[in-house]
Amino acid sequence: MRNRTAQFVMAAGMIALNVTTWSPSALADAATDEIAKYREMLADGNPSELVAAQGEELWKVKRGPKKATLEQCDLGLGPGVIKGASAQLPRYFKDTGRVQDLETRLMTCVETLQGIDTKELNKTKWGTGEMEKMEALVAYIVTESKGHKINVDMRPAQMKKMYELGKMAFFYRGGAMDFSCATCHGQPDKRIRLQDLPDLREHKGAAAGWGSWPAYRVSNGQFWTMQHRLNDCYRQQRFPEPIYGSDVTIALSVYLAANGNGGPVLTPGLKR
Amino acid sequence: MKKMITMAAILAVTPLAWAADDALYTDFKAMMDASFRTKGIVDKYRMYQLDFQKACSQDKDPSAKVMQAIEAEQLKTIRYPADGQYFGDWKQGEKIATSGKGLTWKDKTPHNNGGGCYNCHQMSHHEIAYGTIGTSLLEYGKQRGNSEEVVKYTWGKIYNAKAFNACSRMPRNGDAEILTEQQMKHVMAYLFDPNSPVNKK
Repeated sequence: MRNRTAQFVMAAGMIALNVTTWSPSALADAATDEIAKYREMLADGNPSELVAAQGEELWKVKRGPKKATLEQCDLGLGPGVIKGASAQLPRYFKDTGRVQDLETRLMTCVETLQGIDTKELNKTKWGTGEMEKMEALVAYIVTESKGHKINVDMRPAQMKKMYELGKMAFFYRGGAMDFSCATCHGQPDKRIRLQDLPDLREHKGAAAGWGSWPAYRVSNGQFWTMQHRLNDCYRQQRFPEPIYGSDVTIALSVYLAANGNGGPVLTPGLKR
Repeated sequence: MKKMITMAAILAVTPLAWAADDALYTDFKAMMDASFRTKGIVDKYRMYQLDFQKACSQDKDPSAKVMQAIEAEQLKTIRYPADGQYFGDWKQGEKIATSGKGLTWKDKTPHNNGGGCYNCHQMSHHEIAYGTIGTSLLEYGKQRGNSEEVVKYTWGKIYNAKAFNACSRMPRNGDAEILTEQQMKHVMAYLFDPNSPVNKK
């Protein structure tokens, strides 16, 4: 682990050194290359593994008023089936009558199986308390879909409706700067500063984006769930805060996942 | 209050172009309303749309007629400097152009914002970490000169880009009170001053 950290620092240093002498496009390419190198270095040891290990423990430990584990949690493929489950989320669940993403489905399991109240989650800071536990569970679950293909079932009418709502949310402009998701992610081959922007309207960009989150972020050493990712998008859009697990986050997730359907699942991703 | 009157004027004039079916749109509005909350300096009301924001909320731009109506309304919002002085200090302008800070729920105050210009535009000969969503502004003043027409157009574009392209991706720096008049003057100097690295190698 220490060795890997050293390699990290070296790679980051290489990027910094090159800043002064390289042309912008070469610099952007170099930055992208170096991040690709990180990923290679970490192919057998993404720091998410530590978080996922905590998640696996949480999955199997008896917790809450009902003193139960989550091992009977149904993520859509039957009770206790984890392999490939998050590759097929969001999904319409008959038992709740809702379209749910991984995090809202986990909330259902934590509530029904363990009797733990999840209402406080939307007031809990990222990386603390029950939210930290949720993040660990997410890391565990999504690791078990690595190498699968994005495969959301768009046949139910509820999913089709969520897709349409998500599309409307994607193009919805508002806030002090009149931004929508599409302002940055609605055309091909653009970047902000040196950061490449995937075109999330299209299969290729949506697959790349959706397929590589949740992810470990090298810049701040945090594991981010998809809810966290979307939350920070809206922050940068200068919108008010999307409530944790709210329908707009589910609708956008359906829009992205469906656009990316068939693409590779690389979770947990590794990001700048 | 000024803002409210402007909004009311826009509401009265701009025709709406919403193609989606009414029932779905009703559900959409309810979903958006239930999904957001105030955090820090960003009040929940910020997610309710102005009419031009709504008209520009699809993959394709609205009709030319709708675009023109929006542009005419937005043009009325532009305030030119009362003292007739358009240029501040290009060095301060560079700082404003470089900073992308401001108006998120993590910011303590709605003032002292950056212009975020480099997020989307190439500007100087030296800054290489620029975005590509907007056009390149390299050698802006050198290539365009500083006729009154060019200067006033540029001021207007910074103040409210929607006056010239209804669905522009660019924020309304003046109209939405993102930058102060003085800050916009600094950015103007950055674009036009012959000694600014935008124009001088």
